[in-house]
Amino acid sequence: MKLTTLASAVALAAAGAFVSGAAEARDQIRIVGSSTVYPFTTTVAEQFGKTSGNKTPVVESTGTGGGMKLFCAGVGVEHPDATNASRRMKKSEFEQCQKNGVEGIVEINIGFDGLTVAQSKQGTPVNLTLPQLLLAVAKEVPGPDGKLIANPYKNWSDIDKSLPNTKIEILGPPPTSGTRDSFHELLLEKGAEQIPELAALKKTDSKAFDKVWKTLREDGAYVEAGENDNVIVAKLEANKNAFGVFGFSFLEENSAKLRGVPLNGVAPEFDAITAGKYVGARRMYVYVKKAHVGVIPGLDAFVAEYVSNKALGEDGYLGKKGLVTLPKSELEQVRKGAADMTPMTADPLH
Amino acid sequence: MTDLALPRSTGLDTTSEAAKARTRARHRREFRFRLYGIVAIAMTTLFLAVVLGDILVKGLPAFTQHELMLEVNVAREDVDPQATGRPETIRAGDFHKLVRDALRREFPEVTDRAGRRLLDGLLSNGASDVLRDRVVANPGLVGETVRVPVRLSANADLYFKGIGTEITRHIGNGVATPSGTTGEITISVGANAFAEDLGLIKKHVQRQARALRREANRLRQSVEEVEVHKSERNRALLAAPGDSSKKALESEIKDLESEIQSLSQKAQDLETEAAELQRRFDGLAVNEQIGALLPSLLVAINGGLVKVKELGSSDVRGDVLKPLDSADAAESGAWQIIIYETPESNRRVSDREVAWMERLKERGLVINAFNWSFFTSGDSREPELAGIRGALTGTALTLFVTLILCLPIGVAAAVYLEEFAPKNTLTEIMEVNINNLAAVPSIVFGLLGLAMFLNFFGLPRSAPLVGGLVLALLVLPTIIIAARAALKAVPPSIKEAALGVGASHQQAVFHHVLPLAMPGIMTGTIIGMAHALGETAPLLMIGMVAFIVEVPGGITDAATVLPVQIYLWSDLPEIGFQAKTAAAIIVLLAFLFVMNGAAIVMRRRFERRW
Repeated sequence: MKLTTLASAVALAAAGAFVSGAAEARDQIRIVGSSTVYPFTTTVAEQFGKTSGNKTPVVESTGTGGGMKLFCAGVGVEHPDATNASRRMKKSEFEQCQKNGVEGIVEINIGFDGLTVAQSKQGTPVNLTLPQLLLAVAKEVPGPDGKLIANPYKNWSDIDKSLPNTKIEILGPPPTSGTRDSFHELLLEKGAEQIPELAALKKTDSKAFDKVWKTLREDGAYVEAGENDNVIVAKLEANKNAFGVFGFSFLEENSAKLRGVPLNGVAPEFDAITAGKYVGARRMYVYVKKAHVGVIPGLDAFVAEYVSNKALGEDGYLGKKGLVTLPKSELEQVRKGAADMTPMTADPLH
Repeated sequence: MTDLALPRSTGLDTTSEAAKARTRARHRREFRFRLYGIVAIAMTTLFLAVVLGDILVKGLPAFTQHELMLEVNVAREDVDPQATGRPETIRAGDFHKLVRDALRREFPEVTDRAGRRLLDGLLSNGASDVLRDRVVANPGLVGETVRVPVRLSANADLYFKGIGTEITRHIGNGVATPSGTTGEITISVGANAFAEDLGLIKKHVQRQARALRREANRLRQSVEEVEVHKSERNRALLAAPGDSSKKALESEIKDLESEIQSLSQKAQDLETEAAELQRRFDGLAVNEQIGALLPSLLVAINGGLVKVKELGSSDVRGDVLKPLDSADAAESGAWQIIIYETPESNRRVSDREVAWMERLKERGLVINAFNWSFFTSGDSREPELAGIRGALTGTALTLFVTLILCLPIGVAAAVYLEEFAPKNTLTEIMEVNINNLAAVPSIVFGLLGLAMFLNFFGLPRSAPLVGGLVLALLVLPTIIIAARAALKAVPPSIKEAALGVGASHQQAVFHHVLPLAMPGIMTGTIIGMAHALGETAPLLMIGMVAFIVEVPGGITDAATVLPVQIYLWSDLPEIGFQAKTAAAIIVLLAFLFVMNGAAIVMRRRFERRW
């Protein structure tokens, strides 16, 4: 008897929750997207929650691609209001958005993320060139006769005599990570292009060329260290001959123990990144739905907080969190676009 | 039983040497077996101790927090200029400025902009929280001076927790005469007062020189190897038959030559650098420049503090960090040399900050208090402000939803299957499936929850309601299996007796069998819930892995749970979050211990033996 009443009560409660949950209007901003931008957006969200009197936005880390999917699924309270991206929106994603009625998309370029190669301060300081980096991690490299062979390099000095005579060991992100995509596109592809044999290959067989920089060796020289960059930092501390690949903010936070490896002669430093000199820098974006402004309370104020001087400015709090901020003139432009909520067009995308 | 019935000699040999040897061998085997067992247990204990010890060592510091006890003047114009006395006006006041001013009063000599910003950096973003609460609760404090604890930044807190640098001091010998009280000054001492320190610095220099020389030597060896290769090519060139192969060899030789040149140049550079360092090391009379790569040396004299830039054996030159009271000569023993072992470039706090913090500590303003806010505040991006209340509440709400769904459904399913269902192929298939479901990876339930609850029913993301539903699916098989085992353990005689006195089958089950099986069902449920408590993967799929500051108020609010909070914190770059991660693990373990403890207590109390 008692059991049946209990069961029916539970069923009722569950049904009630279903209905109320689905129909409820939202007074809290929801943001999804890249785990690289996550530390910055959460910082802004917290500041916004503290100072504006609105509820603190909920920021979810789904990866850039996953975020785009959720963001472009439609307009309405059940869909997120903004998405973080560690790369620009792709044309296909833009079209997906349009198809689902997400029309006014405001693009905000928040700054740069430096993809860095780092080593322990205890290790011998090295300078790397992009071709050297590619030769260290690619599965197949050009042999003496120019044909592709399995990567024969064991030690760094096998690649170039001026590099230390230590085992090649690079700890980096797994294929699921956005950082790994940047590692391929920013560093390895460019490195491959600078090797004469591979540049020739690109002309004759671009597919085979892509395979070279997209496939990493699996004999232990490149170690997939998981999504958690702190694990890589801990491993570098333990192994002074190893190198790690992760974002600039991790390098900056651990600058007491780690040192950034200069790539093509430029060290990963704040100024070099903003000046566009450092090869491993990429732009980061936040995309906002214009249709949600005025529906979700505080969304416009949140965007204003994001591009404000105290967040994105030279001495802003995001800079302290490791974000490489935009040069002044560009920031002005971004700020204007955000204030007017200018929707983006498909033209610059590809 | 008579002796006759047992044949006297059964061939059972117990006295011969061979038999004794067999017995001994058997004893040895038994001993070895026991030994393996003990070794296994010892190893398990060791691993467990290492894991727990590591977590405790890393996490316990997060439970305490260093604070500054400051006399803060609650100036009316910053808090409530119109003297309204209204709490909402006071709440919006600029309390951070008050705290900042109070700290600046401790260091009146810091007047430059960079220095002031560095000084503000010692304070947390939430430094004024306690003060604000206190003044809002008691508006009479406006215009008064209050003594309040002020939270320090994560870097300063870590420094006080000893994750900074080793500091050694020794008393200075000889009469020291400073050349001024501010700016860049020299301090001259007659005797060889700094010989010891010079030795220490030189040792560091020598270590650097040695490393450079090693590298240069290696490069020289490489040059030799290339030279050998080049001479081989040269020989091949002489013997080369055709023009084309000659050309190829020539260009190869040219490449090798340029390689030799660049390597030699690099080796040369390193050697020069090493020689320069060596010269610094050898030349005792030469003054030593102390850069950011060497340990920091400070001189405390006449109430001031000087950071040494150039060190001679009898005099030093450096920047004043804290102005001297006077430029008078200090007696032997009245001044001190302080050494910060870790070079400044390898530290998260600069010499200036260290000097300030040491001074605050000397004045007794730094207190180490229990970090209550870890339990009372939600998540934050500032490690010193982040708390687990949001995650704890989210966990409680999620587990509540799981429990009220699982327990009735699980028990009803178990009772029906065990007591009422006909035994046929259909129920057998169901049984097999329930057992299989108990072993399905949790991420599968997460995907199911994403497709069903979020995409089909349109329930809110990140809500404990959905989390609870998903976890309920996950632990339901466990609970059904446990409940059926508990029902099976009730002796049939109980039910038969009930049926015998005229009870219906249903009455027999609900009045007699089920109450007796309840302790077993409860234990199974609690273990199932403990399992649900530790789950992360399915919750990632339904959006409970989000940055949520607000403490959830209901089952449809956005929330996260303890294991996910651990996952999120472990991924953040700030060093302070490493301790928070470990501390959250400790809380999760405590939660688990309590739940498992409850299961044990319940079993002990209600357990019945037949």
